[in-house]
Amino acid sequence: MSRIDELFAQTRGEGRGALIGYLPAGYPTVAESKELLAATVDAGADLVEVGFPYSDPVMDGPTIQAAADTALRNGFRLKDLFDVVESVANRGGRAVVMTYWNPVFHYGVDAFARDLAAAGGLGLITPDLTPDEGSEWITASDAHGLDRIFLVAPSSSDERIALTTAAASGFVYATAVMGVTGARETVGSAAQGLVQRTRVHTDLPVGVGLGVRSGDQAAEVSAFADGVIVGSALVTKANEGTDAVAALTKELAEGVRRPRA
Amino acid sequence: MTDTTPQSRHDPDARGHFGDYGGRFLPEALMGALDELASEYDKAQQDPEFTAEFQRLLSGYAGRPSLLTEAPRFAEHAGGARILLKREDLNHTGSHKINNVLGQALLTKRMGKTRVIAETGAGQHGVATATACALLDLDCVVYMGEVDTERQALNVARMRLLGAEVIPVATGSRTLKDAINEALRDWVTNVDTTHYLLGTAAGAHPFPVMVRNFHKIIGEEAREQMLAQVGRLPDAVAACVGGGSNAIGIFHGFLDDTDVRLVGLEPGGKGLDSGEHGATLTQGTPGTLHGALSYLLQDEDGQTIEAYSISAGLDYPGVGPEHSHLKDEGRAEYRAVTDDEAMDAFQLLSKTEGIIPAVESAHALAGALQLGRELGPDGVILVSLSGRGDKDVDTAARYFNLVEGV
Repeated sequence: MSRIDELFAQTRGEGRGALIGYLPAGYPTVAESKELLAATVDAGADLVEVGFPYSDPVMDGPTIQAAADTALRNGFRLKDLFDVVESVANRGGRAVVMTYWNPVFHYGVDAFARDLAAAGGLGLITPDLTPDEGSEWITASDAHGLDRIFLVAPSSSDERIALTTAAASGFVYATAVMGVTGARETVGSAAQGLVQRTRVHTDLPVGVGLGVRSGDQAAEVSAFADGVIVGSALVTKANEGTDAVAALTKELAEGVRRPRA
Repeated sequence: MTDTTPQSRHDPDARGHFGDYGGRFLPEALMGALDELASEYDKAQQDPEFTAEFQRLLSGYAGRPSLLTEAPRFAEHAGGARILLKREDLNHTGSHKINNVLGQALLTKRMGKTRVIAETGAGQHGVATATACALLDLDCVVYMGEVDTERQALNVARMRLLGAEVIPVATGSRTLKDAINEALRDWVTNVDTTHYLLGTAAGAHPFPVMVRNFHKIIGEEAREQMLAQVGRLPDAVAACVGGGSNAIGIFHGFLDDTDVRLVGLEPGGKGLDSGEHGATLTQGTPGTLHGALSYLLQDEDGQTIEAYSISAGLDYPGVGPEHSHLKDEGRAEYRAVTDDEAMDAFQLLSKTEGIIPAVESAHALAGALQLGRELGPDGVILVSLSGRGDKDVDTAARYFNLVEGV
């Protein structure tokens, strides 16, 4: 049982969704990103996604694009990623990395898996790597005991959901809407249907992301999903500092704990 | 994934791999649309009505077949070798881009989609897309880097005249790469109604094979014309390579003619040592960008390096995956031509033959001058003159100081 499996066993036992918070490594600087991530861990994020700032983030909306640009301009380097992951682990948090594929491919898939595991990272979320091209990553993640979190989308056919969930471990990342990352007024109505369609094919926990920004939305999503993923809203708060990030995290953590209707 | 059936030994495998390259590296949300496109394209290829309609548009609208023109006065500067120009510049909209655009626009109608998005660098693909959308009554949105909207303001006006919406892209390097990023973001949001009409033989499967096949006619015509007009095949075929669509189209006419050298000319910008270039195949390493594994200009962390070229159409840090395969196999060779060499060839063709080429195509012409000197007087070189230079007159005026006060 991986540490992510243990987490979801616990949150399922408590009858709530897990709170999963995203912040980019190196934003606005490497040192400050460690403090921001520590704040989310301390304030109740069950799992953090450490984002890898990449030059061509095609799945991200303006908020995370701008954060990646800032991190890169401030000198973020790939080796800093492992350092940031380690800081989360040392804080007592659980960290996975969310990254576009090329930096992993370029570093060497097995070497990346090895170094991520050594830093205390638990797995990878790969927005532009599907199981179709994932054989090298599947081998490396098995070898180094990492979870591989693949994505499903409202446009995924049942056949593709079956293929994706069969290759995934830890949890499945369900993108709530068709579109890029960014806080939205409402979480897509497609989300609940997608979670239901995903559960037909797997017992893995299903986390829902894209658009969650408030405690109320977290409660709403937590009612039907195993995990509530919050990214852009936290990144926006990161501009205001650690207190703002901690406050939003607390609100979200309270949201996922509201009794399910 | 819906598998496509390879039609020839030059086709990729069922999942779009040319050797080690190609494939699909895009978000899951787009996999359904890519499957639909692959399957619909497969069916269309075997549908006589579709192919007849495509042929009808190529001949009755685009103006195919394009001419093969010998360039003897230009060739005097190429060691006496004979140089023949495949005149894609004479196509409607002024470049080879119209071939692919008509094919994909017909596919869009066939899929029941009503909206087309496209990226453009120099504006040639954007103009061609806006044209096909006007012809076939499709809504059209073109993403164009802000730097390029400034370099190619006239093409922005052309697209708007044709009824397209042009969206300047202000993110990243504000050039072609970022226009593609924005188009992908639009596509993932609107994929139900929208076809992404990608302009080059790159990206995720099935784009590289599909775009290549829509451009194969360049090489097929050129091969026949060479035999009819010259009585032999060329020693070398020269074509410029940004994403690589005109090159892959003309190369394919000669892939099985193993005595014919296939030479791709990349933008060497201010020189390879300057770091300011777009010479992906000569200077890059394998990586994933915009959906495929291919050669890529990237730094030691796998971050994309911004390309540079005087030519907006070649200013791209990636390249189509089939070119990467042809390079590794040794079937095609790639070299870089600097801005200055390309602009010299640009001016030379204008003055010696009365043909103003696109700055992109001028890279192929500069390559032909080099090849001619290497081959000597017995050499015969076929050049893909992929586009005309009307859009580049402003660039040339600045470069050569042709107009007072510019």
